Amino acid sequence: MESADSPQSPAPAAQAATGEKKALDIHDHTDVGAYETIGSPFVKNPKMSARNVNVYYGDKQAIHDVSLDIGRNEVIAMIGPSGCGKSTFLRTLNRMNDIIPICRVQGDFSLDGDNIYGADQDTVLLRARVGMVFQKPNPFPKSIYENVAYGPRIHGLAHNKTEMDEIVENSLRRASLFSEVKDQLDKPGTGLSGGQQQRLCIARAIAVSPEVILMDEPCSALDPIATARIEELIDELKENYTIAIVTHSMQQAARVSERTAYFHLGKLIEVGATKQVFTMPKHELTENYITGRFG
Amino acid sequence: MENMTGGEQHTSQSYNAELEALRSSVLAMGGLVEQQCQSAVEALITGDEKMAEEVARSDYAVNELELEISAQCTDILARRQPAARDLRMVVGVIRMVANLERIGDEAAKVGRLALKLSDNRDKHSYQSEPQHLGEGVTAMLRGALDAFARLDVDMAIEIIAGDKEIDREFKTLTRLLMTHMMEQPQQVKNMLRVNSCARALERVGDHAVNLCEEVIYLVEGNDVRHLSFEEIKRRHVS
Repeated sequence: MESADSPQSPAPAAQAATGEKKALDIHDHTDVGAYETIGSPFVKNPKMSARNVNVYYGDKQAIHDVSLDIGRNEVIAMIGPSGCGKSTFLRTLNRMNDIIPICRVQGDFSLDGDNIYGADQDTVLLRARVGMVFQKPNPFPKSIYENVAYGPRIHGLAHNKTEMDEIVENSLRRASLFSEVKDQLDKPGTGLSGGQQQRLCIARAIAVSPEVILMDEPCSALDPIATARIEELIDELKENYTIAIVTHSMQQAARVSERTAYFHLGKLIEVGATKQVFTMPKHELTENYITGRFG
Repeated sequence: MENMTGGEQHTSQSYNAELEALRSSVLAMGGLVEQQCQSAVEALITGDEKMAEEVARSDYAVNELELEISAQCTDILARRQPAARDLRMVVGVIRMVANLERIGDEAAKVGRLALKLSDNRDKHSYQSEPQHLGEGVTAMLRGALDAFARLDVDMAIEIIAGDKEIDREFKTLTRLLMTHMMEQPQQVKNMLRVNSCARALERVGDHAVNLCEEVIYLVEGNDVRHLSFEEIKRRHVS
């Protein structure tokens, strides 16, 4: 993994480099030169910042020169067709790509201004601060209680059982699950329904006091009712956390997010207020995708 | 192949077909309403009783189309969750058919008045005066429908520009009729009817402007309702 020497401030990297940036030519699929992301990829005082991100799987380049800010306490949705790089990009935000041997990440990343790819960065700590919820609910083969307590335990967040009980209860409450499981905390987490399991995974992420929660298609495996409850939960969570969600449901992106980022073949085409992207997208590629003109 | 809203086709053929059908329905309703306007004006000018009756009676067909198209729109919203230009198309069409239905009402009103006037065919009632006004607004309506068919914002703006002249002509006509009413008090009733026809036609012009505003909205995404013509022109960069 390479990371350029990054300045502490997340200011955009030098773009006065070679050549000018132009809007992406939708008809040229081999166009891998410099391009301009349309809309508003940057925000003031972002929670997280990514600049000039390139990601490779072996020889294959999966992400091309992506720069994006994640705003504080916002819900930002990342949409795009399969293989467009949105999940790969999401994983760069808490260095989950580190565990993939052939994956190479380049670019500047910061969390509250701190370089998260620095040599002295503690990745375990990073992944507590920037938690992740996956597509397929993956509770540990432990009790519900232990699922939630595991993280706080290894991070030393509780000094005694009372404190741990409190952390577990608060996390389950915040994940809108406590009332359903309070009498069965010792039952296995895998015994819950799909929707409950996913909320358990969210509680698990919350238990270590994250600042950012990354969600990779969190509702794909859930029925509409469970999905609606998770979306409601996202709405509640954003008060205390920053949330970045990858979804292949455009309607979900439209419902839950304030900003939407459209990825296409590894490039970030357009970012904008969700209302604007879904009523008046600026780039033709974005419009084609969200209206269903897949070509 | 370009579909109604420009650009590539939807992956779903049936969705494509639904949008095409919507477009056709709107143009069909527009054609019917245009015909109503033309017939209403002609009945007024010529005193053709039968034509006047026909216009007054045919309003039901316009209303039926409005209900049909509204249902088509609701269906698309429910089943397709349209986004971006498709969403603006459906929202724009919902507002357009409301305007077309009102135009239909105005044409029917002219028809009813023309019927009353045909009973007392008297050249002193000046009922052929609104002819130019009638032709003007019918042309506006035709232009608005053309602009919709072609998604042509420049044309829409041109039509909107013409409304000032319609308003002027209506005011002139009213003044003319007022003068004559003073000269021929026995014709006041009929001249008031003629003036009502002129006002109905002037309203048709206003509705044609609304149609053009919807064309601008569904093509560009700018909601220009309630803006002055100068402001609309300023916002639109050709």
